[in-house]
Amino acid sequence: MNSSFGNIRAIAKRELVAYFSSPVAYVVLVIYLLWAGFFTFMVGRAPFFEFGQASLVTFFLWQPWLFLLLVPAIGMRLWSEERRLGTVELLLTMPITAWQAIVAKFLASWLFLALALFLTFPLVITVNYLGDPDNGVIFCSYVGCLLMAGGYLAISCITSAITRNQVISFILSVVACLFLILAGFPPVTEFLSKATSKPWIVDGVAALSVITHFEQFQKGVLDSRDLIFFLSLIGFSLFTTGVILRGHRAG
Amino acid sequence: MIKVQNLSKSFGPKTAVNGVSFTVERGEVLGFLGPNGAGKSTTMRMITGFIPPSAGTVRIGEFDMIEQPIQAKRLIGYLPENAPAYTDMTVHGFLGFAAELRGLRGEEKKKAIHRVVEMCFLDGVLYQSVDTLSKGYRHRTCFAQSIIHDPQVLVLDEPTDGLDPNQKHEVRGLIRRMGEKKAIVFSTHILEEVEAACSRAIIIDRGQIVANGTPAELKQRSDVAGAVTLRVAGVNASALGQKLSQLPMARKTTMLKDEASCVTARVFPQPNCRNGELARGIYEAGAREGWKIEELHTEEGRLDEVFRSITMPDTAREERK
Repeated sequence: MNSSFGNIRAIAKRELVAYFSSPVAYVVLVIYLLWAGFFTFMVGRAPFFEFGQASLVTFFLWQPWLFLLLVPAIGMRLWSEERRLGTVELLLTMPITAWQAIVAKFLASWLFLALALFLTFPLVITVNYLGDPDNGVIFCSYVGCLLMAGGYLAISCITSAITRNQVISFILSVVACLFLILAGFPPVTEFLSKATSKPWIVDGVAALSVITHFEQFQKGVLDSRDLIFFLSLIGFSLFTTGVILRGHRAG
Repeated sequence: MIKVQNLSKSFGPKTAVNGVSFTVERGEVLGFLGPNGAGKSTTMRMITGFIPPSAGTVRIGEFDMIEQPIQAKRLIGYLPENAPAYTDMTVHGFLGFAAELRGLRGEEKKKAIHRVVEMCFLDGVLYQSVDTLSKGYRHRTCFAQSIIHDPQVLVLDEPTDGLDPNQKHEVRGLIRRMGEKKAIVFSTHILEEVEAACSRAIIIDRGQIVANGTPAELKQRSDVAGAVTLRVAGVNASALGQKLSQLPMARKTTMLKDEASCVTARVFPQPNCRNGELARGIYEAGAREGWKIEELHTEEGRLDEVFRSITMPDTAREERK
């Protein structure tokens, strides 16, 4: 157990260092923060200052969409780069299990995304300075964001294991994550409920969506069903990544 | 230390490795020879546990690679083909990462890095990023990674590929020295390397072992092994040929060169002829006839010729006949 923790730590550390030794990490961080600010303050029916409430609703509203581009950009290189360089052969002939490598890489990127989220803290300070928001709701929404980022990231793990081309990996995971958003997007659910009279179809499709589950967090509700949704999305995706990697090696 | 039994691997309908078996003991350096695409790399990937075999077993020490992969992999150091390395790391960072995955921490890790840096002459580039290294340095960095935990078993896939002659010489020396205490398998298609560093060689072709022996034994299989080449000044070529053919130990004589000043001929021995007997016979005949012999030697046989005759595609072999 001890050595498996040590292995995970060593690989995760390497991944994190790799992020910061290339310009990609800084570019993505800065663009994310700029966009997050822009959308929060400038865009929508009621942007931050016109909303009339001390809350971060206008910030969290956009997160599923911002992550749609941010997370695949972070996750696209995880396995595709290993395979392109051939280092995957080095990594998987070390005395470690494939699971340790998969989990370690996922955790490293997740930690990086957590850092990106953490850097939005000036918003929290601003809203507390201006008024008296419900910080419980804000905290809960941040937890939701982190879990949602984890879900997208796990999907990016799959797509980066499929191909050694980072661009293809990026596009595939954007498409997959877009599906997870759209399944619960109001225009889509409205269209579905018009098209079919059976409510269970609409609910079934909407239940697959990150939006449906993320909304609960935004309301300040920590429901076990939503937690289980995101954690099982992560678990399933990482498992699939393992199967794909084994498939490459088995030939 | 390494025990490979009936190892096979197919990719779809294509069989890459077919029923390969061999063992390597501690103190042995096994050279793995074969043309490109013969299955060398696939075999090595199976030995190191990167790809699972379709059939057969690999044992490293007392551990089976499929049942106890972690324990088995601990004993192995591996240099994959083309020496991959993380290009975004420094040499020091890369070796540190390898050391950590091998379970080395703190002082142990520092010592291990220091040791391999010295062995592989990486002092000058220690804090340089891997993607700025020349091919030779990158190769040695990856090689350093493979010996960082002083493994009992070393698997090297083309360890001298892309190195200049001096570096090749160094790496061969390193392999030979380490081979005294470890079990080493290395693949190559450079034949002089086998003679320089191996205690035993295996030739693999189209997924199967076609020859297995010491370099000297393999050379014996050469057509010219045991033949005597001589150069004589101032004689008539046909007269010389006739005299040579009359020798009791000679089976066949061919003229290699017929120049105005001298003639070069090669005499092939009878199958039952003992080592050196033919050369002595020719020397005595020359003394009787008063030949001005400028050169006389028994051929050891040439590895490249053995290699070619064994691994040549069937069509080319037919043509040659």
